[in-house]
Amino acid sequence: MGATIAVNSEDKTTWNGGGNRPFGASYGKMMMWFFIVSDALTFSGFLAAYGLTRFKFIDSWPIADEVFTHFPFLHGVHAPMYYVALMTFILIFSSVTMVLAVDAGHQMKKKKVAWYMLFTIIGGLIFLGSQAWEWKNFIGGSYGAVQTTDGKILQFVKDGHQIALSDFVVEGHEERVQHTRKNGLWNESEGTLPSYSVNEVVNSYKNDPSVLIRVEKIDLSTKKKQILSREEGERYLLNAKQVVEGANLHVNEYGNPIFADFFFFITGFHGFHVFSGVLINIIIFFNVLLGTYEKRGHYEMVEKVGLYWHFVDLVWVFVFTFFYLV
Amino acid sequence: MAHAHESNTKRIWMVFGILSIITIVEVVFGIIKPEVLHLTSFLGTSPLNWIFIILTLAKAYGITWAFMHMEGEKKWFRRAVVWTAVFLIIYLVTLLLIEGGYLFDVMSPLTKWNY
Repeated sequence: MGATIAVNSEDKTTWNGGGNRPFGASYGKMMMWFFIVSDALTFSGFLAAYGLTRFKFIDSWPIADEVFTHFPFLHGVHAPMYYVALMTFILIFSSVTMVLAVDAGHQMKKKKVAWYMLFTIIGGLIFLGSQAWEWKNFIGGSYGAVQTTDGKILQFVKDGHQIALSDFVVEGHEERVQHTRKNGLWNESEGTLPSYSVNEVVNSYKNDPSVLIRVEKIDLSTKKKQILSREEGERYLLNAKQVVEGANLHVNEYGNPIFADFFFFITGFHGFHVFSGVLINIIIFFNVLLGTYEKRGHYEMVEKVGLYWHFVDLVWVFVFTFFYLV
Repeated sequence: MAHAHESNTKRIWMVFGILSIITIVEVVFGIIKPEVLHLTSFLGTSPLNWIFIILTLAKAYGITWAFMHMEGEKKWFRRAVVWTAVFLIIYLVTLLLIEGGYLFDVMSPLTKWNY
């Protein structure tokens, strides 16, 4: 038996990379660091691509304060930034409990390690839930907009503040039946229909002189989106193609489609890292409970997953800056 | 491997405090957006953006050095990780942002904003 397994099962040791410790770092820790370097480069690639695209559309990129405005239990209150700031705190705090777990591991305090690991896992789960809620708001949208034939997004404002379609659109009598496989071409169907038709929106705009149209174009002297005059707005609406509510990969009510694409891709990829981090933390948590590291004589494994967990926090710090602040 | 470590709890909470304060400062600036910082330009972007970027790098330093315990690693191991990443990221970001600026210069005159 002893000849067929590489690990000596007699004295309960695990493979340790051959026992060499270049730079005084164990095999596992060093490889975790090198993995983190490569993963950091992947995220940098995404964020740099986001930067390139943003520079490409620097005069029409959506303004974060106008997109992310929700806070739990504050309906209709314009609360930009607070929610992502809260998410940042949750993640930093779970980083703190993680580093406390590592610290307790150095002192071989099994119970303390287990508790801090549990807090870390809970923090990670809360963050994931928050991100799901953020996505829900982003996908559902809160205002609605009109897209023109050349892809521009027209939003509606009243007294300088954006208003929802439901705030001013009067429903007409027309009814458009959703095209499903059962009632039209058998091999085609369409997505959910928006609440209002283009005609309803255009007519309501014409009938309500207090409603103005805001375009994506940014006035560089004030860094605000341009608001059109009534006549100009009517000319824009001549090119109206469809009503947009919320966001998907093709179109969104906030502006350029690629903005939503990057949002989904980068926060999604980060969220996936958090998710896998939580899973790994859970595995390590149970190992701690089972006394695996107690028997091994050191808690280095907690330190290694800790590195990954901190890295996830580190990435979020950058996502927070470049998606919500800058 | 099992060093006789003294507890670093106090320092951990201090770093957490600093990171929290930096985040709060960022959020306050992000909400107020003082016009002097927001509407002026310095080295290609607004001073406010530079403040955000510098504060972010400060946070990244705090997380890497204190939480990931980079300060305790051997000097050349630290450099192998940090210098590699920093050099490649600066290189990539510089090229891509310059290219993005060119794309804007080429494309924006072709975008129609009056109907």
